[in-house]
Amino acid sequence: MPDVSLSTLRKGARGTITAVRHNPQSLGDEAQSTVSRRLIELGFVAGEAIEVIAEVWPFGDPIAVRLGATSFALRRREAEGVMVEVMSAV
Amino acid sequence: MAEPTDILRVALVGVPNSGKTALFNRLTGNRQKVANYAGVTVERKEGFFIGRRGTRKIQVLDLPGTYSLVPTTLDEAITRDFLVGRLAGEAPPEMVVCVVDETNLQLNLRLVLELRELGVPMVVALNFSDVAESRGFRLDRTRLESELRVPVVATVAVAAGGERALAETLDEVPHPGPRLSNVQWREPSLDEIAATQLEVRRILRSARYEQPLRQRALARLDAVVMHPLLGPLVLAVLLFLIFQAVFSWAAIPMDAIHNAVGWAGDQIRDWLPAGLLRSLLVDGVIAGLGSVLVFLPQIIILFFFILLLEESGYLPRAAFLLDRFMGSVGLSGRAFIPLLSSFACAVPGIMATRTIPNMRDRLTTIMIAPLMTCSARLPVYALIIAAFIPKQAVGPFNLQGLVLFTLYLAGILAAMAVAWLIKRRSGPQAYHPLLLELPEYHWPRLSNLLLGLWDRVKVFLNRVGTVILSLMVLLWFLSSFPAPPPGATGPAISYSFAGMIGHALAVIFAPIGFNWQISLALVPGLAAREVAVGALGTVYSLEQASGDITSALTPMIAQTWSLATALSLLAWFVFAPQCLSTLATVRRETNSWRYPLIMAAYLFALAYLASFITYHVARGFGL
Repeated sequence: MPDVSLSTLRKGARGTITAVRHNPQSLGDEAQSTVSRRLIELGFVAGEAIEVIAEVWPFGDPIAVRLGATSFALRRREAEGVMVEVMSAV
Repeated sequence: MAEPTDILRVALVGVPNSGKTALFNRLTGNRQKVANYAGVTVERKEGFFIGRRGTRKIQVLDLPGTYSLVPTTLDEAITRDFLVGRLAGEAPPEMVVCVVDETNLQLNLRLVLELRELGVPMVVALNFSDVAESRGFRLDRTRLESELRVPVVATVAVAAGGERALAETLDEVPHPGPRLSNVQWREPSLDEIAATQLEVRRILRSARYEQPLRQRALARLDAVVMHPLLGPLVLAVLLFLIFQAVFSWAAIPMDAIHNAVGWAGDQIRDWLPAGLLRSLLVDGVIAGLGSVLVFLPQIIILFFFILLLEESGYLPRAAFLLDRFMGSVGLSGRAFIPLLSSFACAVPGIMATRTIPNMRDRLTTIMIAPLMTCSARLPVYALIIAAFIPKQAVGPFNLQGLVLFTLYLAGILAAMAVAWLIKRRSGPQAYHPLLLELPEYHWPRLSNLLLGLWDRVKVFLNRVGTVILSLMVLLWFLSSFPAPPPGATGPAISYSFAGMIGHALAVIFAPIGFNWQISLALVPGLAAREVAVGALGTVYSLEQASGDITSALTPMIAQTWSLATALSLLAWFVFAPQCLSTLATVRRETNSWRYPLIMAAYLFALAYLASFITYHVARGFGL
């Protein structure tokens, strides 16, 4: 299955992070570089298992993910650069 | 025993939720000094302890929590600048203690490696080591120590003696000597950060770090708390229950305080002859202080719930649920915690906005924080509700609680409207990311709750003791002098300075239905909102000349105010002309007079408008 962006995943989806990319067109350049940096610092790195554990009604945004022993809340916009190899989609 | 001459300056560093501050409290006890870093508003907490050998004094600085040395907030920038010796007026530390959560080493260990690059002598404190053990975590600590090449000690910040190993290490470690030069530090590239993360994973494998699967119960709890429909429902129910509890549970202790204050007044009346001194003590000091103290139970209950939600790990999840909602009016989900704190008092709330990285978001949050119904408004609401709203049941709830809930809601909706207007004015250019850690749930520890509660109560009592009491005595003076002319027929206070001010203000407030007594009470009410109740007590009790002031006040206003006036005053206090402490805090936080002045003007205008509409609509209905 090809890699997809974390921002497209629904609640219950699991997979493995393959890369954290810049998406300069989605946010301002500066904001995006801050987001990518912080994502990597928080442990969004290739090889980590990730699961979408919650999304907020009605727009399904932001989402909460389980990453290792921690949960994080982030908006789909922030999640855009996180590429995931999906193992079980919903 | 002579003061030790061997002094070691240590800085505590750690990611948020690592239990760093609890450990700091455990190490330094009450030998703490809280101030601000020079030129900024970030809190600087320093303390010390004397080592067990009695020959070394260890000075500990509790730096703001940070995930990284590349800052995204002012707090994180302070931590970085301090560590690399760039912070004006601060000498860099001689030793760093990095506090890590043993149950979450993947997230915590990267900071350790980043700090190690600075070349400052370091100790790693493995905090939550008791939780790690009981939840079945595995870790070869010796192996971790040799991999990190720094001493690693286990700590339990929440248990007595849990800091002992760390304290002994800091006492016995050879003194590294003074730092000679500034540290060389440059921002790592993204690839370097990713490489550090790989190194973290390698070290954890080498130290045979094993995490148990997450407890099913915790995962299930998250499934409910963050459920698309159940989650918001749970949040709404929680908030509603808190307000009901504030109103009904507090009744018993309130009655007790009420009686105690009456008893104290009676004692003084028995002991002192009628005269100025007795009048000052009974009508000024005891009555004024008492009518504010009596609302302490409500404040304690409210804070108890806020602390409970904070300690348990629920608050960030609430911020997650509210992100979209808050975002729709231009606030970040992070604004939720400062705004929730503002329900207790806008001063800590405004100070808590420091965790909002973007200045514009932060300013918006500061501007609307005073619209959250702070606990100082409760005395005013409670008094008016008790006097004018019947205690009847509406379904399972009581009408008084529902009115209180409506007042809270009005403040929130007004805040949303103001935030939306500010957002519209400033345009869509700025986007602020959300990246929020949702820490694992913890059973709140009673001792922590009580400590936090005591802290807040102390703040409230200090305000009662200093600002409010001095204002009450000043008001008593204004209300007692000059004495009425001989043969005067009206109440004595009408002839006093206070009467003059009240009558003058009454002209401005007449269109919104306030009489001169209310107008008068609003003057000290500007210094601190809760003073308005004490002021009303003094104004009316002096007219009464004797008797139990607090219980006299409720029927007194019920008889002399129209319902339209009461509703108008409630509306006034929703937007209440801010207290001076709030404005002083805004001045300090924004470092400019511009924002407190704008705030004062817009709140006054809103309050006047709301009261005007309320009063005239109520009159239209014949109330």
